[in-house]
Amino acid sequence: MRALRADQWNPRMGRRRRYGAIFRYATIVSTALGLLVLVVLITDVVRRGAGEIDLHFLTSFPSRFPVKAGLRTALLGTFWMIAMTALISFPIGVGSAIYLEEYAPESRLKRFIQINIANLAGVPSVVYGLLGLGLFVRNLALGRSILAGSLTMSLLILPIIIVASREALRAVPVSLREGALALGASRWQMVRRTVLPAALPGVLTGTILALARAIGETAPLITIGALTYIAFDPNGPMDLFTVLPIQIFNWVSLPQKEFASLAAGGIVVLLVVLLLANLAAVVLRNRFERRG
Amino acid sequence: MPGSVRRVVRWGLVSLFVVVGTACGSAADVQTIFIDGSSTVGPITQAVAEEFQGSFRGARVPVGVSGSGGGFHKFCTGETDITNASRPIRKIEIELCAENGIGFVELPIAFDGLAVVTNPDNDFVACLTVEELQRIWEPAAERAVTSWAQVRPGFPDEELLLYGPGVDSGTYDYFTTAIVGEEGASRGDFTPSEDDNVLVQGIAGDRNAIGFFGLAYFTANSEALKLLGVNSGDGCVTPSPETVNSGVYQPLSRPLFIYVSLLSTEREDIQTFIRFYLENAGLLVSDVGYVALTDELYVLAIERFENRVTGSVYAGEGAMIGVALEDLLRE
Repeated sequence: MRALRADQWNPRMGRRRRYGAIFRYATIVSTALGLLVLVVLITDVVRRGAGEIDLHFLTSFPSRFPVKAGLRTALLGTFWMIAMTALISFPIGVGSAIYLEEYAPESRLKRFIQINIANLAGVPSVVYGLLGLGLFVRNLALGRSILAGSLTMSLLILPIIIVASREALRAVPVSLREGALALGASRWQMVRRTVLPAALPGVLTGTILALARAIGETAPLITIGALTYIAFDPNGPMDLFTVLPIQIFNWVSLPQKEFASLAAGGIVVLLVVLLLANLAAVVLRNRFERRG
Repeated sequence: MPGSVRRVVRWGLVSLFVVVGTACGSAADVQTIFIDGSSTVGPITQAVAEEFQGSFRGARVPVGVSGSGGGFHKFCTGETDITNASRPIRKIEIELCAENGIGFVELPIAFDGLAVVTNPDNDFVACLTVEELQRIWEPAAERAVTSWAQVRPGFPDEELLLYGPGVDSGTYDYFTTAIVGEEGASRGDFTPSEDDNVLVQGIAGDRNAIGFFGLAYFTANSEALKLLGVNSGDGCVTPSPETVNSGVYQPLSRPLFIYVSLLSTEREDIQTFIRFYLENAGLLVSDVGYVALTDELYVLAIERFENRVTGSVYAGEGAMIGVALEDLLRE
């Protein structure tokens, strides 16, 4: 091995620092670009639609007169559908995640299931709509009900919930499990008293973010035949419904310009609902984290 | 720590019971009139439904917009009572209905004029003949007719840019039938959109553009567009409620329909709804930007309904251009 001579020592510090700075600014620019688009989008929508939002707008049925028209059925439909979707998808999603993480032995079957769940998360939402139309609306004869819509949406977000819940369960240290088992806990006691509480914040965050995606989805609901004009309140899970994105889409496509501002108002309401969902995720996470 | 899990489970169970509890006493005991179909006709039926539900408390008339084709599919499989259509029922749809034992009454409810428009900066064209429109839109024009100069000698040699509704729409079907002479036949190199407001934006921002869509979209954007007259041989006619209603604006006036399932006509609430529809459509269609039929046509439509005349006056052959609706209904 040849010894290095002193004149070969050239750390080129100046150049390295420069590259470092350039890279840092590049990342700042990419972040700023994304934020800028978001800010422009939101200010534009708020500027056009904020004036439309008042109690009347939130509590009136749709109408052919822009001044009379409101979001009532769409808002109620969205709340109904999201509540039902949460009730259906949360137990199934978390249950599957617990099985895959805590019970299932390593096997080819488990790997096969994992790959498929990951694939399902990438399937276009219209495909779920078609499945929902065939399975729930026609075969199970649920009609174009809130229940059929919620089941379809549950299918759509289940892969996301399962993947997020598994991540949360995997983040629980093995030592906690071993500690519980060493104290004589059964597997079920170990999962219920140790693993689940520790994983709950992550599980809830994943579930609520998945539900937020369901709030904004239109395609699968249009496919199963959710309606656009409804002037009565849904009075149960078997009733007909419409949701915010469909109402917005309907207003955007009308020729009269006043409906375009109503649509902007509807978008603002949809954004607020989404924001509330995300806020709920943060609050829940903090609450359970403090306890854990 | 286990308390948090228990709480989540408990709340889940409570809400599940609430939901199941409310599920049992709902929906089935209220009569609902199911309507779906064309998104062009949708606003008219929604206006009628709005007034109907205002006059008859407790009536439930939801309206969907899955398009004329999607609407007929649901109608002919017995899922809906009434379907909206911006074109007459097709032969295969009649066969599907027959397979499922669904008879239907076809009722015209309004006219829609198709407006041919350009950018307001276009100062050389005010009117086009049907032949010129055909020269622009026929399949042979694809990548061949690309300059305004090729449309009519004397027009400047400017690029010709085309905008039109998507090929799945009833509007596109009708335009190609009326102008090219064959349903669904047109050049492919135009900018299509299912959303007519997108077409409005496109033409308003493009000096050399020409396009077509429902008259209501021109009326709502008249300052950003220029409306062209159409000459079908008897001089230039510009579409307006008057020229569309009287049938002078040819061949781009089309009738819009509702189809009522024969089985559903036995229901009293649906009879009331259809009578209400045909009696009030004349006033309501102009609210949403369409053109009313003549009073005589509404009378003929009511007669057709009361006599439960089934089948299509078009016999599945598609729209007939230049045949008066009145003659068809009187046959």
